[in-house]
Amino acid sequence: MKLYELTIHEASELLAAGETSSVELTEETLERILAVDNDVKAYLTLTPEEALAQARAADEHRAAGEDTPLLGIPMAIKDVLCTEGIPTTCGSRILENFIPPYDGTAVARLRASGAILLGKTNTDEFAMGSSTENSAFFTTHNPWDLDRVPGGSSGGSAAAVAADECLGALGTDTGGSVRQPASLCGVVGLKPTYGRVSRYGLIAFASSLDQIGVLTKDVTDAAILLRSIAGHDPHDSTSMDVPVPDYTAALTDDLRGNEGMRVGVPKEYFIEGMQPEVEAAVRAAVDVLAGLGAEVQEVSLPHTDYALPVYYLIALAEASSNLARYDGVRYGLRVDNGGLIETYKATRGQGFGTEVKRRIMLGTYALSAGYYDAYYLKAQKARTLIKADFDAAFEQVDVIVAPTSPTTAFRIGEKVDDPLQMYLSDVFTLSMNLAGICGLSLPCGFDADGLPIGLQVMGPAFGEERVLRVAYAYEQATDWHTRRPPL
Amino acid sequence: MKLSREEVQHIAELARLALSDEEQSLYQGQLSAILEHFERLQELDTEAIPPTATVLPLRSVMRADEPRPPFSREDILANAPATEAGCFKVPAVLE
Repeated sequence: MKLYELTIHEASELLAAGETSSVELTEETLERILAVDNDVKAYLTLTPEEALAQARAADEHRAAGEDTPLLGIPMAIKDVLCTEGIPTTCGSRILENFIPPYDGTAVARLRASGAILLGKTNTDEFAMGSSTENSAFFTTHNPWDLDRVPGGSSGGSAAAVAADECLGALGTDTGGSVRQPASLCGVVGLKPTYGRVSRYGLIAFASSLDQIGVLTKDVTDAAILLRSIAGHDPHDSTSMDVPVPDYTAALTDDLRGNEGMRVGVPKEYFIEGMQPEVEAAVRAAVDVLAGLGAEVQEVSLPHTDYALPVYYLIALAEASSNLARYDGVRYGLRVDNGGLIETYKATRGQGFGTEVKRRIMLGTYALSAGYYDAYYLKAQKARTLIKADFDAAFEQVDVIVAPTSPTTAFRIGEKVDDPLQMYLSDVFTLSMNLAGICGLSLPCGFDADGLPIGLQVMGPAFGEERVLRVAYAYEQATDWHTRRPPL
Repeated sequence: MKLSREEVQHIAELARLALSDEEQSLYQGQLSAILEHFERLQELDTEAIPPTATVLPLRSVMRADEPRPPFSREDILANAPATEAGCFKVPAVLE
């Protein structure tokens, strides 16, 4: 086995036993990137020299007796998270030359845990998209089939994990942007509860929905990474002061112990038009969970059908406000065009791509005089109903399982001319952001074309332990997570 | 919900976006189709439902008002497109 193929927990064991070094692990992973990233195109920026310097320091720390949880582990960071001294573009021309003067809190916590930063991964511009095709720079390719998208917006991070171009990665999830690419690339993607991880240094898309998440090769690694980045941060007033448990302690091989596990299957998540192989794989996964001791029952989330318009109206209203800061004054692109207002318009007209401008337009419209009540306020009220659906379901069950995405990876170019079709690829993930709860996607099968299928496990706010427990038990009973793309 | 060309131009003006003629045509069609899809929301009776702006049980979060060292002026200005005398330089605001 090559070192770059290891999971985080496997690599940590070898490092602790002195059987390899961080320098060796980092060098091999960098060589892997050189070998495959011309095809996959997961990375926007690579920082090999800094990575090797960090690896040498990690080896010295270990020799001196230190053993932090991620000591010497090479990781990738989605390019919407600020990294001190390293370009952070959000996949946008408007931030092409932006170099943050500070690390976001999640990045700083990874560094403090001893992680090695390999580089920054591709994303749809400002995390707006489901395929990475909205990146201003290039499209990332799915390692399982290079003609297909990796999903998005954290498609670069998901593809980098799937292609063994890092041992784990950070992504962000506003409406499914960690879970949907994890599903399409056959890796594990965890979106924590809103407020679980500080958003300080995450460049804002929709502030009431954005959350930093992790992409990993297995469930154990997701538990390890979450513990490293979670917890209260004085720099983010929406980060909750709730204790961070040892998530790995929650992982058990079956679901019989403790108080058992009640698993809900929402009838609204098996819809017409979804790929039959996805439905079959998810139903088979539910049977596996039942075999492991879970008590399975049907639940209802009756307002599911309204989640898509509610999500887009709220997300885009918030985005139009958040992206007002790109005015060509303090950072980013400026296109001089006479006076101040004309300079704003030229800067934003040229600096933003087609999808970002489309979303700013929609959000501006939803907030504009005469339409605020009919669109934005209406959506906020409907959000209350969607959240109440989940509150009621979690009275009956401990976790909810469903497909992550209605289809496996689609072809590059297939949906670029039809924004509404593209929006529908998040139809099973965006409700969780509206409700603020946690969700995880893990591999549960492959379709006839050999493309991965994702199982989504959702838990209530701060219910990450039970989500990880269910996911881990399923993972131990199956071998989907051991398969690797034919690169 | 069909948007007129004038409405598209008005929204672009509010959002401070310079759009080409082609972009205006593209967005006029696409935004109209998306808004039409969103119309289903009006079926919901939300008369008695309070809005949710945040899912958190938090409201105004206070912290101690203690001075901390700020970022250096140099670091902050390093990303600015134009600076002069240690300040951001902008086009004339007053005509």
